[in-house]
Amino acid sequence: MEKSLSWREFIITRLIQASGYSAILFVALIFFFLLREGLPTLSEVDASSLLNFRWYPIESYFGILPLITGSLVVTLGAALIAVPFGIGTAVYISEIAPRWMREILKPLVELLGGLPSVVLGFLGILVLSPFLRVFLDLPTGLTAFTGSLLLGGIAVPTVVSVAEDALDSVPRAYREGAWALGATKWQTIWRVTLPAAKSGVLTAVMLGVGRAIGETMTVMMVTGNAPVLATSLGSLFSPVRTMTATIAAEMGEVANGSTHYHVLFFIGMVLFIISLVVNVIASSVVFRAKKRAERILS
Amino acid sequence: MVDKIIIENLSLQYSDGTESLRGVSMEIRQNAVTVLFGPAGGGKSTLLRCLNRLNDLTEVKASSGRILIDGENILDPKTDVIALRRKVGMVFARPVTLPMSIRENIIYGLELMGEKRKSKLDEAVERSLKLSAIWDEIKDRLDEPAIALSGGQQQRVCLARVLALQPEIVLLDEPTSGLDPISTGKVEAALLELKKEYTVILVPHSVQQAARTADHAAFFLTGELIEYGDGKTLFTNPKQKKTEDYVMGRFG
Repeated sequence: MEKSLSWREFIITRLIQASGYSAILFVALIFFFLLREGLPTLSEVDASSLLNFRWYPIESYFGILPLITGSLVVTLGAALIAVPFGIGTAVYISEIAPRWMREILKPLVELLGGLPSVVLGFLGILVLSPFLRVFLDLPTGLTAFTGSLLLGGIAVPTVVSVAEDALDSVPRAYREGAWALGATKWQTIWRVTLPAAKSGVLTAVMLGVGRAIGETMTVMMVTGNAPVLATSLGSLFSPVRTMTATIAAEMGEVANGSTHYHVLFFIGMVLFIISLVVNVIASSVVFRAKKRAERILS
Repeated sequence: MVDKIIIENLSLQYSDGTESLRGVSMEIRQNAVTVLFGPAGGGKSTLLRCLNRLNDLTEVKASSGRILIDGENILDPKTDVIALRRKVGMVFARPVTLPMSIRENIIYGLELMGEKRKSKLDEAVERSLKLSAIWDEIKDRLDEPAIALSGGQQQRVCLARVLALQPEIVLLDEPTSGLDPISTGKVEAALLELKKEYTVILVPHSVQQAARTADHAAFFLTGELIEYGDGKTLFTNPKQKKTEDYVMGRFG
């Protein structure tokens, strides 16, 4: 009896350990695969033509700059929409809404977060882009701005739920301390609660941006997919093509092992590195905040 | 002696039905330390939080009765709550310094009121820190984060923050519950100074502290005011059996 128990203990522990290690292994394998397929690009295409503004793979123009700027423009636009809107919603849910409202809003926001992006893209094509074309008097409604609006919508639930958690974990005593000094609700939010939850809110923003930059389906459907270098603010209202959309659209038609194929993987690497940087920044902010919290509590 | 606060038949029930007040009536004198004591769950903190309407922000199911401060019913929905909270300051059990420097903590309330003159602010910082018996300890480090101070120092900074607003009434909810005896002594000494200028209402963290500090004492048990009277008399010669049992340590 004793022996079989300790055996079971051993096996279960090892199984859990193995599943933990496998997560690391998979990430490492993916990264390795990306490197193996993407790095040959550097010997097949010279850096100058890679950093060119012309993406026309059929005639061997592999300038990835328009794709990078395309992604940046769309993501930046999405962040400009998602950050104020998301933080505002989080503040409303956590600080202002009465309890019954909070109990309706929270699951609703999470439901929105679970909406498949292809559904949003569908709505974008059918409703949003014709509306924008008429409303803003554009030659086409399939623009970076359309993508930003939808991506913003996709990032909002992420921002809301993480920021709301952060605000919620601010000790109630902070708020009461401010109220007891005669602070109004808004003064308390702006000068006490939000600064106290700063790191969590920053994480929310980072995760939201990360979600937006990696999003594929929606942007592919609504941004028009024209690989044009974004140079000014005006580019926001013309069609662009993002890195993710390029990979998704072209990977199916490319010859295995060709230069074009390698370049697509190279774009994947760039994307991987960008989201890695965003995540590292986000988690280092969280780490700092944790250390501070420990100091306060000790 | 003037009655600063008159509480008339105050009852209150939280929406989860836990703690409540039942028909509490009492008068609180100006320029004295009034102590509200009794076992946990007796309604002391609830009463304190009624006096500055901090209970507005918790889920309260029902409340009735009146609280008159200087003759005005502060439970009236038309009361200016922000002005009330400036007049009735509060110090909490756990010192809650806000995430900013010591100086910023103290002038926070004044800044909210729109005071910008540096001379006024500096004057308020010095005056209130001296009143809280902490000026000498920290006068050279006012720009350091308040969180770096010890618990006892933080609590006195919180007291100073309240005093900077020049309230008329100071509420203290177990202000020394987390403090060592030396810090506790300093806070209690500050209270004796305070009552010269303010009306002080204290929920102590022990019967001993109640006995040490009380000019007037009120004993609360499960939401009811059992006995209220002169501090010395109540602790040496209580009229009610329940008060005597609690003061003697037979329950609690």
